[in-house]
Amino acid sequence: MSGGARAYALHGGVIAVLFALQFILPAYHHGNLARIMVLASYAVGYNILFGYTGLLSLGHALFFAAGMYGMGLGIQHLGLTPAPALLLGLVAGALVSGGLALLALRTTGVAFMIVTLMFAQAGYLTILYFGEYTRGDEGFVIQQAQRVLWGIDLSDAGNRYFAALILFGSCLMFSLWLVRAPFGKVLVAIRENEERVRMLGYDIFAHKLAAMVISGTIAAAAGASYGLLFGYAGASFASVQYSIFPLLWVLLGGAGTVLGPFIGTLFMFYLIDLSSGVTTAYMLIAGVALVLLTLFAPQGLMGELRRRVWRGLP
Amino acid sequence: MPGNPCARMDLGPYIVLASLEGAITAAVLALTAVGLSLVFGVMRVVNIAHGEFFMLGAVIAWWIAHSLGGHPAIGFAVALVAAPLIVGALAVAADMTILKRLNYDPERTIVATIGVLYIIQQMTLMGYGPDARPVEPPFNTRLAIPWFEHGADGWAMIWPWGLGTTSYKLAVIGAAVVLLCGVWLLMSRTRFGLVMRATQADRDMAQAFGIPVERVYALVFGLGAALAALAGVLIVPIQQAHYLMGADPLLLSFIVVIIGGLGSLPGTVLAAVLIGLSDGIISVFFSPTLAKILATLLVGLVLVFRPQGLFGARSG
Amino acid sequence: MTLLTTRGLSKHFAGLHAVEGVNFDLPQGEVRALIGPNGAGKTTLVSMICGRIAPSGGQVIFEGRDITALPAHKRIMLGMAYTFQITSVFAGLSVGENVALAARRRLKGADVGLAVDDALARVGLLERKAQEAGDLSYGHQRLLEIAMGLAQSPRLLILDEPTQGLAEGEIAEFKALIRELAGKTTILLIEHNMSVVMELADRITVLNFGEILAEGTPDEIHANGEVQTAYLGNG
Repeated sequence: MSGGARAYALHGGVIAVLFALQFILPAYHHGNLARIMVLASYAVGYNILFGYTGLLSLGHALFFAAGMYGMGLGIQHLGLTPAPALLLGLVAGALVSGGLALLALRTTGVAFMIVTLMFAQAGYLTILYFGEYTRGDEGFVIQQAQRVLWGIDLSDAGNRYFAALILFGSCLMFSLWLVRAPFGKVLVAIRENEERVRMLGYDIFAHKLAAMVISGTIAAAAGASYGLLFGYAGASFASVQYSIFPLLWVLLGGAGTVLGPFIGTLFMFYLIDLSSGVTTAYMLIAGVALVLLTLFAPQGLMGELRRRVWRGLP
Repeated sequence: MPGNPCARMDLGPYIVLASLEGAITAAVLALTAVGLSLVFGVMRVVNIAHGEFFMLGAVIAWWIAHSLGGHPAIGFAVALVAAPLIVGALAVAADMTILKRLNYDPERTIVATIGVLYIIQQMTLMGYGPDARPVEPPFNTRLAIPWFEHGADGWAMIWPWGLGTTSYKLAVIGAAVVLLCGVWLLMSRTRFGLVMRATQADRDMAQAFGIPVERVYALVFGLGAALAALAGVLIVPIQQAHYLMGADPLLLSFIVVIIGGLGSLPGTVLAAVLIGLSDGIISVFFSPTLAKILATLLVGLVLVFRPQGLFGARSG
Repeated sequence: MTLLTTRGLSKHFAGLHAVEGVNFDLPQGEVRALIGPNGAGKTTLVSMICGRIAPSGGQVIFEGRDITALPAHKRIMLGMAYTFQITSVFAGLSVGENVALAARRRLKGADVGLAVDDALARVGLLERKAQEAGDLSYGHQRLLEIAMGLAQSPRLLILDEPTQGLAEGEIAEFKALIRELAGKTTILLIEHNMSVVMELADRITVLNFGEILAEGTPDEIHANGEVQTAYLGNG
């Protein structure tokens, strides 16, 4: 099998396994995995900007929330049905990420991190400020009746899992295709040596802008889906924590690998799930994980696998 | 903030009150921000956990006051010395175990300090709990502030109800000024200050001259944390000690340092006064949330369009 | 036909006049060597030509078109290629992928692979196509740089100290490569290796303290007293 066929087989296989799991998992894990798949889609989006292009954003919650609130407010205040609401969430994400990119891409490195952090914070605070419409921190519930997409009731666990799988599967396959395509290879090259790429004739700014919009739109898709599938939109999803999470998931799973985001999300979700049963201070796990990862395993799980076992792992 | 005297005070006295409160914010903010600025200036790293050192100062002060009992002044005096030392030592340890190993790589340091933030914050939650607890100030005499009104008989001094402050609050401002002068003297007049400035100017040169750069870094990191902790101790009799109280000082310190110009001490102090006063005034007249929104947007825009801040020199 | 012209090109860095009023014409198909002592401003001049740094004054004209305000990547697209003085390959990528990136700007699909193989063969690195670029010796990395330039099929190939760090045999191969290209591709070569310069260059431009000291054929330059004093040393 050629490298490309092997890669598609592996990733297709993962999706197939996830498809099969829905029939054997007990209810608790079934619900968890649906959640994980949506969050992993968020991480996949983040990875395109961080793992592949090398831009560390600390403000991705802004895009996730743009999707969530674009969808949620669309249903709540504009009376939209799920499909146009999802679309509205996507559009919101694309616009917000494009707008932020035009500003933030004028900076690099540490400044870029702080600029994204600041604008995301401003976004979070704005959601709180307009609490009249957004219900602020408390958030608002999206009723079951409003979550029927093309006749399919998304509050049903089975339908919900399947929808999450479709979202994740598409994001995963898109991500795989992107990194193997010429555009994706330029992103990797930009991460490796930006000046050299410029001197090969590539428009660096245009590439970074596109990467950020793609990344932000996928994040928004995840946010909109999360709100729709789990019936809730709240400001906490716009907070700093939800900007740190995808970074953590991607670092753990392996930045710059296609499967890494999923592995990281899966691990971290259960790690936090287990520890929140023991203490309210479960974010301690996140803190320790971040420190250990940056110190000892910056490649993450899939990254280490790629280094030691399978060189060509996308 | 004191109870809302809005109903009874005219605009003039109200602004004086808001400015006074703003001055206290500015004083404490200046100390915290100088700590962050020192660390960035000398080590070129951004410490996202800086707000947690501030919080630790406050929490440790509570714990000391709580354990010692007796007159609040005793506990407070001990805390004033002990808390910065403890927090400074903790920071030195963090530097030696984590930051040094990362070779002070700017991006990786930020991620690691985010981890440290969560570790400190959550361990405080585990040990200290989610409640906010007050600490008694060492002294607390009410001081009324006069206001001047032009009436039929000319200028008269009146004492509007609600326009006042406490001796402690004034002392905080005084203490901050003294401490900032101390830091300035340390930087400009002592050998350690010279070593710090040399390391800041050119790390490799400093090393070539036999300066133990890594030890300097550890001490500077500790000093930055100690200043934040000191600010936390000073503010805790006014504000209560709570495990999440580090978030606002972090944001404000960021704003100050970025606007004042990273690494510029006079710029930091000036920006702190500006930000502290305006934050106080805006929060009083508008929603505090709106003030924060404007503040965060300001930092973002300054970094995008004028990264050297308002006072710093363009690095190139 | 003149491919490249600069008029009054200058660069000032906070009081230091790195390049001052350079008027430079490069006819199509010529191999021009740019020489001068260290700090003469050669890399600065060339960086302004390819757009890496913005000039303080003056103009750059390429194929009759004023490109002074054009960003670097657009100039590359017009047909310039630049190899870095300090080797700047993609260390984490394979040799083949390095060259493919250069080729993909112009070519698509199967043509990319052909261009990659061709460029690598010409610099003698074809057997190393799958190797990680960071694992190459310094000399081989310089050759990879040149291969990346070749893969762009440029109208103007700018080489910044290409033979630095190369072994004798590699330098000989480099000379053969340039002779092959000469006439079809215009080449601007910054070099310190005088044997390379004298053998390959059609004309030489000598830069000193940011200004053009002399310009002429290798023999003319060799005989020029001022150049000798400034740079070559006597005899």
